[in-house]
Amino acid sequence: MRQCRVVGPIWAAVKHPAFAGKTLMVVQPIDAEGKDVGASFVAIDRAQAGAGDTVIVLTEGTGIRQILQQGDIVPIRSAIVGIVDAVDVPK
Amino acid sequence: MYLGIVKGTVVAERKASGLEGQKILLVQPVDEHQKAVGDLQAAIDTVQAGEGDLVYLVGSREAALACDPWFVPVDAAIVGIVDGVST
Repeated sequence: MRQCRVVGPIWAAVKHPAFAGKTLMVVQPIDAEGKDVGASFVAIDRAQAGAGDTVIVLTEGTGIRQILQQGDIVPIRSAIVGIVDAVDVPK
Repeated sequence: MYLGIVKGTVVAERKASGLEGQKILLVQPVDEHQKAVGDLQAAIDTVQAGEGDLVYLVGSREAALACDPWFVPVDAAIVGIVDGVST
């Protein structure tokens, strides 16, 4: 899983049926200090996250299929699975 | 999943079995400000996207799961046409 900052939602009327009713968010991976790392990507939201939230994003398809329980043929690869309240990195 | 902009169409008459009749588009991956990220790639289109459309794609094994039949040699698939991005 990766720690990310939620950039904001995206809207898509035309989409694969597996995405029906799911919220899509652009997320930006960040490091322990909150600094951007690498390129942003898109994830479904399973934690009612909002723009600016620090979140944990699962980026592995099998885990996604297990939490969605929509069968084995689900073309979804990333999901927000938690909202981070605090990160403690001892110096 | 990631955002991309459709740049063109790929025509390939001879393809691996399972890919017959599948539309292949050339896509430039982009960030939320539609700035290019990385190189152009070919992706299977499952939503009838067209040139210039902002789309979102799924990569790796899950790309094949977006196709019908799903046991196909595919690692990028367009799975939605984006109407708006809030930043």
